Amino acid sequence: MSLHVDVAVTRGRFTLDVTFDVPAGSVLAVLGPNGSGKSTLLQCLAGLLVPDSAAVTLDGRTLTRAPGVQVPVHDRGIGLLAQDPLLLPHLTAVENVAFGPRSQGVRPSRARAQAREWLRRADAAELTGRRPAQLSGGQAQRVAIARALAGGPRALLLDEPLSALDVDAAPAIRGLLRRVLRRTQSAHSGESGDGEVVPDGERCAVLVTHDPLDVLALADDVVVLDAGRIAERGPAKEVLAAPRTAFTARIAGLNLVPGVAAADGLHAPNGRFVAGVPSGDCLPGEPAVAVFAPGAVAVHPAGAPHTGSPRNVVDARVASLEPHGAVIRLRTAGDGGAETGIAADLTPASVAELGLEPGSAVRLEVKAASVAVHPAA
Amino acid sequence: MPWVLWIPAGLALALVVLPVAGLLVRTDYARLPALLTSDAALSALRLSLVTALASTIACVVLGVPLAVVLARARGRGVRLVRAVVLLPLVLPPVVGGLALLFLLGRNGFLGYLLDVVAGVSVPFTTTAVVIAQTFVAMPFLVVSLEGALRSGGQRYELVAATLGARPWTVFRRVTVPLLLPALGSGAVLSFARALGEFGATITFAGSLEGVTRTLPLEVYAQAQADVDSAVALALLLIVVAVVVIAVARPKAFDR
Repeated sequence: MSLHVDVAVTRGRFTLDVTFDVPAGSVLAVLGPNGSGKSTLLQCLAGLLVPDSAAVTLDGRTLTRAPGVQVPVHDRGIGLLAQDPLLLPHLTAVENVAFGPRSQGVRPSRARAQAREWLRRADAAELTGRRPAQLSGGQAQRVAIARALAGGPRALLLDEPLSALDVDAAPAIRGLLRRVLRRTQSAHSGESGDGEVVPDGERCAVLVTHDPLDVLALADDVVVLDAGRIAERGPAKEVLAAPRTAFTARIAGLNLVPGVAAADGLHAPNGRFVAGVPSGDCLPGEPAVAVFAPGAVAVHPAGAPHTGSPRNVVDARVASLEPHGAVIRLRTAGDGGAETGIAADLTPASVAELGLEPGSAVRLEVKAASVAVHPAA
Repeated sequence: MPWVLWIPAGLALALVVLPVAGLLVRTDYARLPALLTSDAALSALRLSLVTALASTIACVVLGVPLAVVLARARGRGVRLVRAVVLLPLVLPPVVGGLALLFLLGRNGFLGYLLDVVAGVSVPFTTTAVVIAQTFVAMPFLVVSLEGALRSGGQRYELVAATLGARPWTVFRRVTVPLLLPALGSGAVLSFARALGEFGATITFAGSLEGVTRTLPLEVYAQAQADVDSAVALALLLIVVAVVVIAVARPKAFDR
């Protein structure tokens, strides 16, 4: 029970060539900048594009084997949640959600009941009778999520599902997606709702995104796409915290400190408190991760007086200094709660001015406002 | 907006309004009721409404699938087909009527076949009127629908397919409902065009009272015999046209 993908497509001078597996019940993130082949990959999976050579199988059923086999879009059992909610404008919210079950032959009254149940699960029960034109971006995306799940897909494709939302709506929708994608079979086996076609624990998902935060919040594993090829793959947290390639480090390199969420930050296991801003769906006492970009870390000489606003101050020792494009990425020896050390970006001029070299003692400072605290996947 | 534009704009407006006003001035209002309720006038009006309605239905039934095929099909041939479909828009209607006559007339290859196989002769019948009107009116519908289909894109159809909807379900529950506004305005335009059709009708269907003589043909026939009667009938056509605009009001006229 899983999604197996092996796709090669050439379009003009661009070549996409990827292979990966998504185990049942897990979420794979495909992370990459624009033009890395994410959209092409999604089109191949959805059945819109016939690859030059490919094998796509879902739960043992061949969907695409190019050349030759190409199961049409409506028969693949692959749902799609796009950046734009794409609710059918002539139908109400509940009719939109009932569209999938209706198309698959469920009777109207039963399809409506299922649709109501899915809307309730997406916290959108009060939107039932509304038309898409009367919904805000976040509300429309909630309905779209309910609709995608009501279609009973064996696999769900998520195409930048949060990038069209404004900053206020995104955390709540991210939280909703976390809930519907990541809840395990055992946790909710008692609540086998009316609309259940594929048990949550068996559905797999592919999330395409350019935002490392989405990966962190939603995915188990990640593949990083660079110009149509997989630059790196592995468990999401490991890849994001300790990128092995410069490419991944540039687009996804983040400092991650796991711990337990607090009202205004996070308690790391080594007793250190990281001040930060919890996201909307982050509850105090729950497992969480503090996230901050290497560019947000200020580097001072050891013993420098602590002045100004930054509330997170760590004394550490430089482990490595590597060029990353225009900046130098400094990595400290494992400390400060992050097992892999903390990464900080500096200009070559600052490195020279501070006289930094491996082994130098430094004091790192991070403003609390630059630290986001997210629920741990 | 430069004020100079007011001058040509005013001229353009005068070009549309003044002839109609001239017609209104010229009308013999005392005889108007009698002229409009004459047998010839009533039968022409009835025939016009019936045939224009029939051709509008034919335009919708044939034009919607044609527009969807043109907008969605891929391939090099589609471009050529689109050009052919637009032909009646630029072709003089008389030429269209002549072409229909050579296809469906007794000596045309399809007309000959129909005559021999089914004993049916199309030209100079009410059916011929409907065919001629459909021929000239359908491009209006196809063009407005295809524009709507192209600007709307295929995203909704795709999402419906990922929800498990088969192509026919997608067409019925997504494509057609999304097309309805454009279909409304396209159908009104087609109806108006069919109602005013003259050249193709007179060439292909002739001008037989009660059978093929629609209002425009009746106006033309009366213009040579009784000018007052022609003016009265023209007035009637204007009223019908105004009613069409007021009732259905295509989007194109609104903006």
